[in-house]
Amino acid sequence: MDVATLTTLAGIVEYAVPVLFASIGENFTEKAGLINLSVNGTIILSAMSGFVVAMTVDSIFLGFLVGAVVGAIVAAIVAFSSITLKQSQVAIGFVLALLCRDLAYFLGAPYTNKPGLFLSKVPIPVLADIPFIGPVFFNHSLVVYASYLFIIIAYVFMFKTRSGLMLQGIGERPSAAFARGANVKALRYFYTILGGLLIGLAGPMYSLAVKIGWAGQLSGLDGIGWIALAITIFGGWNPLRVAFGAYLFGGLQQLGITLQSTTNIPIQILQAAPFPLMIFTLLLVNVGRAEWVDRELAAMPEKPRIVLSKILRALRTSPPASLGVPFENE
Amino acid sequence: MKISFQHINKWFGKVHANNDINFTIPSGTIQGILGENGAGKSTLMKVLTGFYQADSGEIFLDDKAVTISSPEDAVMMGIGMLHQDPLDFPPMKVIDNFLLGTRGGLFPNRKQVEKDITRLSQEFDFQINPDSFVETLTVGERQQLEILRLLWLGVKVLILDEPTTGISANQKEKLFATLLKLASQGLTVIFVSHKLEEVEQLCSRVAVFRQGQLVGEVMPPYDTDQFVYMMFGKSVEVADKSTFRSEVPYIKLENISLEDYRLRLRDINLEINCGEVIGLAGMEGSGQRLFLRMLTGLMRPVGGSILYGGHNFTGRTYPVFQKAGVAYLPAARLEEGLIPGMTLTEHFILSEEHHELFVNQKSAIDLTEDRIREFYIKGTPASQIEQLSGGNQQRALLALLRNKLRLILMEHPTRGLDIESAIWIWSKMKERCKDCTSIVFTSSDLDEIIQYSDRILVFFGGLVSKPIDADTTTVDELGQLIGGKGW
Ligand SMILES: Nc1ncnc2c1ncn2[C@@H]1O[C@H](COP(=O)(O)OP(=O)(O)OP(=O)(O)O)[C@@H](O)[C@H]1O
Ligand SMILES: [Mg+2]
Repeated sequence: MDVATLTTLAGIVEYAVPVLFASIGENFTEKAGLINLSVNGTIILSAMSGFVVAMTVDSIFLGFLVGAVVGAIVAAIVAFSSITLKQSQVAIGFVLALLCRDLAYFLGAPYTNKPGLFLSKVPIPVLADIPFIGPVFFNHSLVVYASYLFIIIAYVFMFKTRSGLMLQGIGERPSAAFARGANVKALRYFYTILGGLLIGLAGPMYSLAVKIGWAGQLSGLDGIGWIALAITIFGGWNPLRVAFGAYLFGGLQQLGITLQSTTNIPIQILQAAPFPLMIFTLLLVNVGRAEWVDRELAAMPEKPRIVLSKILRALRTSPPASLGVPFENE
Repeated sequence: MKISFQHINKWFGKVHANNDINFTIPSGTIQGILGENGAGKSTLMKVLTGFYQADSGEIFLDDKAVTISSPEDAVMMGIGMLHQDPLDFPPMKVIDNFLLGTRGGLFPNRKQVEKDITRLSQEFDFQINPDSFVETLTVGERQQLEILRLLWLGVKVLILDEPTTGISANQKEKLFATLLKLASQGLTVIFVSHKLEEVEQLCSRVAVFRQGQLVGEVMPPYDTDQFVYMMFGKSVEVADKSTFRSEVPYIKLENISLEDYRLRLRDINLEINCGEVIGLAGMEGSGQRLFLRMLTGLMRPVGGSILYGGHNFTGRTYPVFQKAGVAYLPAARLEEGLIPGMTLTEHFILSEEHHELFVNQKSAIDLTEDRIREFYIKGTPASQIEQLSGGNQQRALLALLRNKLRLILMEHPTRGLDIESAIWIWSKMKERCKDCTSIVFTSSDLDEIIQYSDRILVFFGGLVSKPIDADTTTVDELGQLIGGKGW
């Protein structure tokens, strides 16, 4: 295989990482029954603050830490206003999404295009030398390796552990989870903040590893958070499928970069294309839920009807039943 | 375990749901709890299981005063409750349902638990596969699952809140056999119900509630009339079987075929006459719901045609059916029929036809007050729908039906209602039949089906019987068909 293809594939694996953390973070939050809509703003704000802190105190580790803390704080605001103050999760999340983004551009202005720190690539000995697999998967910075572990841990935690079962329970049917001894509100706080922390990590992953640096509005991060939200839905609230969605989006982004150098399609189109494409996939996955689709199917002859409805059912996902619904003990 | 209630009081705002309740349940008995809708039965059980805290009073377990501050506390003390709508997790697997909420290390021992489920199922003659998804089980199986889980957790007191409303006669027999077996092993069983014959058949003692108070305790031999008198403060008459079926067919189904991803119904032919009541019997999930949804236009048949009053309605949508005078009352009242968070008045505003942009508040409130009076709803125009008791929600749903309907489709119209309310609701519905309205309804209560239908369809695993005349059939005959025998 030629070098260009390998570089592209490696690029997909790398580009998917921040989206993957953000989407799986949101997956945790939504599994618990809350929606944190602030993702887009959170990523931009934590990208800026992570970059600035790392540069100022000369510590990459602190940069990541600050990114995570920013995400956790924003999520805590969402949790407090929706769980304790009982305000609309969607409204508060949306406002925070805009606020954090603009705050990032404002506070980050003095640091725009300054040189800073970044994570360097650490090829894994032996593994990196395997043909094909090595250069695509094992010649990256540490965050990429962390993402492999993270997908598996998130999946196993959610579906195989006792705590994970309870997490599903509080998002699915909080009254039943309460009857089984769950402190629903406390757990919802916990998973919203945990989710926020993971979303917050996505920021420095961009500014310190994947799309190194801070360029204000030109950083190209605006919009990615919304896609992360869509990927959570696309992934049916299952970390494995969510990860697949993140790679798909990474692939679309990479494709844009490749086409940029080989064709003369305007760059604006190539940069914007992954977004509508991702939303289109989302539609495709969930179209089976619409009543008109059922009606059209019923009008078809037997053979295609059965095949099509099987495909649609396999693609279809359903959200935690109590997503966005507040919970009261009495 | 012996349970003793001492001066239990519980208020919800101005409603005195439990008024100075005093009584004792001896160990190893099956205690019946009877009472009309809103009598306070569930409230007392929820106080016992830690869902609610009593405003005053004490609970003694084996003569020791205890404080039960959460459902978890209750299970730790050996008290488990099977809720009317089982508190489980439909999209999850049986085994995960079992494990959810258990104590122990991060990774549960699945192999062991799987064995436990299989062993317990065998002991009680249930067929529950640990790997199936809960949403594919019938309500009866979900109850069995909850009972197994509670026994597995080691409860010594088992509370069942109206456990028989959603299950078939066969499942009921199995449930009763299980309860008798458990009681003989020393478990205390509390059985909350509206159904007198069940309580008489099963319970070794009965407490009767009315309007928040314990009106008396009764030991066998039981006298049904006495129970009715205690529950309602008066006697209640079952209406005579009346029919308003005319010979004019209004709806014609020709070779209708229906399917969803797990069920296919083929070639249904039926004529529904003006004023006729048709009852649909069968285990839950045998196709009754598909059939009703087809009649409302919510589901399009994959073959055949529907004629409404001579017009071909095949493939038309719900709004078209609605315009033609079709109304649908789904089983999930709060999810599909009513809107939680909205008041009674707002519901009436939404359901009436309007031609002007702004709502006339005054006339809306007047209308609501009229309907509240006419339908004896316990509530005010400003009551939010979810604050009403189950029986009153059902009354509200019926009060919302517009006048001049041609076809009313109902799922479990009297599920969870006490006898008086059920009789009353049916008298209201039969009045409509006089004006040539037809009714198609489902119910898991075969007595109700025989009592109120003109003809009956039985559903079994994708098969639909020929219409059966309700006057000549029996509960036994229907029970056989529902169980798959005699097809
Ligand atoms: N959470 C609540 N908030 C306000 N009022 C309530 C609440 N729960 C119950 N009530 C009221 O308390 C009274 C007793 O209700 P409860 O549910 O105990 O009745 P029940 O005997 O179980 O009736 P049913 O047979 O209809 O289930 C009713 O008037 C009901 O409206
Ligand atoms: Mg009740």
